Amino acid sequence: MPTIVVHVMPKPEILDPQGKAVGAALPRLGFEGFAGVRQGKRFELTVDGEVTDELLAQAREAAETLLSNPVIEDVVAVEVAGAEVAG
Amino acid sequence: MARIGVVTFPGTLDDRDAARAVRLAGGEAVNLFHADADLQGVDGVVLPGGFSYGDYLRAGAISRFSPIMEKVVDAAKGGMPVLGICNGFQVLTEVHLLPGSMIKNEHLHFICRDQVLRVENVDTAWSADYEAGQEITIPLKNQDGQYVADEHTLDALEAEGRVAFRYVGWNPNGSRRDIAGITNERGNVVGLMPHPEHAVEPGFGPDSKEIGRRGTDGLGFFTSAIAGLVATT
Repeated sequence: MPTIVVHVMPKPEILDPQGKAVGAALPRLGFEGFAGVRQGKRFELTVDGEVTDELLAQAREAAETLLSNPVIEDVVAVEVAGAEVAG
Repeated sequence: MARIGVVTFPGTLDDRDAARAVRLAGGEAVNLFHADADLQGVDGVVLPGGFSYGDYLRAGAISRFSPIMEKVVDAAKGGMPVLGICNGFQVLTEVHLLPGSMIKNEHLHFICRDQVLRVENVDTAWSADYEAGQEITIPLKNQDGQYVADEHTLDALEAEGRVAFRYVGWNPNGSRRDIAGITNERGNVVGLMPHPEHAVEPGFGPDSKEIGRRGTDGLGFFTSAIAGLVATT
């Protein structure tokens, strides 16, 4: 089923307490090579039929109004899974 | 008698306590339901604490789109007193009645403790019964309580006296500038993370230095709004 994927990340200037906690856990498991972790969200919006430009526009609007809070988060990409279209 | 509506969302926890606080303060509490686009003619609204919609997506993010919130927003813009406590505060930021947002506590832990606040603004609908600078103790319990906003917004809040309540002694969650609660420009909409409705009745409130569980410092929120409504009607 065609899928539109929305990626949301905490804004760079906002401290990400969850990412920080994950980052602190990595070395405990022997993963030493990572300087930091930030944790975001990925939404998969499935579509009956084809992904039209209108549906993509709707997905972009949903991403900005419901799926993210612009005070603390950025929508970093709205894309069709498996396609090269990017938002 | 002033009629104060208390909204119940799926996952709300503190609606009963908020309604009891309204009654103890001398008002009539009216139960409002998230799915009803009807304020039942109330004079003020409390959005209580809890985990509406399980905090799914972001705290308050889904409640914001409930039918009752459309009415609450309209009423708030018309000057009706609206108080958001904890999750209710998160709903007020998501629906843009108040600026900023809440993210996870800096230390990631859920906290539950008696918290000292300083009342910074006594010109709001929900704080008029306090004295400027008064320190009050009410419970605080949350996981997503770290208030954040950009520097420009924070500077504007400070300049306009819209930081209504500030944490004293200890910042429990990393909130910017120790902010515990804020108000809108008009002073009718107030949101805060700590819970005044849990400190309204001797025997069930926070401990004081002298005696346990006697604290009723939260009652002033509700008496303030009710007195204001009585004065204007």
